Amino acid sequence: MKEGNDYHQELSGLLAKWKDKPGNLIMILHEIQNHYGFVPRQLSLQLSALLDVPLARIYEVLTFYNYFKLEAPGKHKISVCMGTACYLNGAPEILRELKSILGVEEGHTTKNGLFQLEVVRCLGCCGLAPVIMIDGKVYDKVKKNDIIDIISKFTRSKEPE
Amino acid sequence: MVRATINGKVVEVEKGTTILDAANQVQVKIPTLCKHPDLISSAACGICIVKVKGSSKMLRACCTPLDNAMEIITHDPEIVSIRRTVLELILSKHPNDCLKCGRNNNCELQRLAADFGIREELFPKYLKDIPKDESTGSIVLEPPKCILCGRCVQVCQQMQDVWALSFLERGFDTRISPAGDIKLGDSPCVRCGQCSAHCPTGAIFEQDDTARVWEALQKPGNYCVVQIAPAVRVSIGEAFGFKPGENFTRRLYALLRRLGFAAVFDTNFGADVTIIEEASEFVERFKNPSPERPLPLITTCCPSWVDFMEKFHHDMIPHFSSCKSPHQILGVLSKTYYASKYNLDPARIVMVSIMPCTAKKYEITRTDEMFASGFQDIDIVLTTRELARMIKQAGVDFPALPDEDPDHILGDYTGAGVIFGATGGVMEAALRTACFYITGQKLDRLEFSETRGLKGVKESSIEIAGNRVGIAVAHGLSNVEYVLNQVREAVKAGRPVPYHFVEVMACPGGCVGGGGQPYGVTDERRSKMSRGLYEDDLNQPIRSSHENPQVQQLYREFLGEPRSEKSESLLHVHYKARPQYRK
Repeated sequence: MKEGNDYHQELSGLLAKWKDKPGNLIMILHEIQNHYGFVPRQLSLQLSALLDVPLARIYEVLTFYNYFKLEAPGKHKISVCMGTACYLNGAPEILRELKSILGVEEGHTTKNGLFQLEVVRCLGCCGLAPVIMIDGKVYDKVKKNDIIDIISKFTRSKEPE
Repeated sequence: MVRATINGKVVEVEKGTTILDAANQVQVKIPTLCKHPDLISSAACGICIVKVKGSSKMLRACCTPLDNAMEIITHDPEIVSIRRTVLELILSKHPNDCLKCGRNNNCELQRLAADFGIREELFPKYLKDIPKDESTGSIVLEPPKCILCGRCVQVCQQMQDVWALSFLERGFDTRISPAGDIKLGDSPCVRCGQCSAHCPTGAIFEQDDTARVWEALQKPGNYCVVQIAPAVRVSIGEAFGFKPGENFTRRLYALLRRLGFAAVFDTNFGADVTIIEEASEFVERFKNPSPERPLPLITTCCPSWVDFMEKFHHDMIPHFSSCKSPHQILGVLSKTYYASKYNLDPARIVMVSIMPCTAKKYEITRTDEMFASGFQDIDIVLTTRELARMIKQAGVDFPALPDEDPDHILGDYTGAGVIFGATGGVMEAALRTACFYITGQKLDRLEFSETRGLKGVKESSIEIAGNRVGIAVAHGLSNVEYVLNQVREAVKAGRPVPYHFVEVMACPGGCVGGGGQPYGVTDERRSKMSRGLYEDDLNQPIRSSHENPQVQQLYREFLGEPRSEKSESLLHVHYKARPQYRK
């Protein structure tokens, strides 16, 4: 993580662009989210002081919209589809298995930073239900017992140390 | 004016009047839950729904203005059944902890459940698993008991401008949380307790210290002493069916002796000492202001205000009176002056303060200066609500008790001391003594009505010996910024400051409206309680602090002069900027 002051320069650029425009809070948060993949707490605190908006208000916005994340994203993003077809074909069980293997709740990242577990509504391939997607690649007709194998591919293929 | 009918009765009201208020005028009581008279209706709960003839929609009476020719029906079997379902849905997300809850017997949700005769649970229970937050030591947060009415959030953000509480997430997952999802103790919370005084359920309540007091009273060797704040005497009666404002001072003295306290003091005596010190400080600044000790002088009796200033307005620190609050003064005097006068070991003295305030629980360990006697000057703080519970536990028939006197040392007070409990009271009391200090003469008037009343900011000026003295009184923390900005702008522009003396109390109405006072506070009750204090002032033979013979004796025997080295070390404090967020 960067220390507080390191963000200052980037923030002042954003502020110059948005400072006097109405609805600027959400636009600035958008840019931060896009840039870092999440909204670091240190940045929210600085933004609160610079915009004179209470931190309480910033967190109300951040937690209202699913789009904003408060934790750094994992290296690999696992999306579990919970659309109707996947749901009926066993997605809840798949999600439970993933949670138990990874030891995280949905919307969170594993302690080692390797996996981020997300739930999505529909990936648009209902014929292949249930599906999960890892880093953009779809795994179809997943069974509970497949999960450990799929995951281990990502844990084994470590970069050379 | 608009004219309409409610349940067939014709009603005529000012345009803009809500259906709820209009119904009251024709003796119709529409049940409510999220609505509070202090706050803007949020229409969160849906209990107050009514029908309008000709429309299939139901309207929320709390926030819909009555319109011409409306035919409102407030009660029929269908409406009652829908209200019951709304209530059942709220209860399906609320734990059945009533017997162990701090609000048992005094809960707005429980009362509705009783009124509607809820006997079974038709919906499956869904409880949030969020741990209790006791990090402030003053206020306890139990989010699973929250019904999302939004009162505390509005109180904290709008009325108090603190922004320590907010809603997080949305829909089913919505919850109350300290700002930024941290512990309340690490947030900007100033512990004013207004959230707890406005919460309809047990989701926010005061830290209960009654068990610690019982234990202290029982422990052999302890010498337990107690003091009561001005606002408590006019509110404690409510717990026993009396009207707000009725004065129970002398019965409280009797009660506290029955509970087992060895000596009974009155915070009003401490208030008289505060005035001696603070009025001296004011006169010194008034005659000779300097950049280190500038005008206006700002009062500091209110611990929430002190905390708020240290977190949000620390540029004003040089304006702050260094004088401690009355109960802290009485605390340190009990373990020094009183102890030596009666040859008591101060280590054995346990000082309990009965306060209308949750922030006082925090104030007693705020800085090292709260240990000026060499011991913790105040050991335990109880709120009015906790005292009411203790009285009931003790089995004392409180209303029937005979009147008693306080202990005369640290107990006798003047009319100036007792009005500390109302907004403007500290200012008025200080002016009585400051005028005497400046002119050296007895005043031609004692009452400064310009400081009284419930207007958020009271600005005026008075004349002392041909000098104009500008004063401002603010209560409710959202009113502070205006006053401070007036001063800041004047200083920036090089103009003379608009005020010489400023009083701030964090809670609306001052201490009578404190966060530890009986539930259901409204402006009407605040006025009644203030009136009770002003009547007490009128009935006192001595009405200026500097004329209190016990106070004069204290200075003669112990402190010397006002602002002497001894009083500086025992009765005064320093301030410092603090971060709003500790995490």
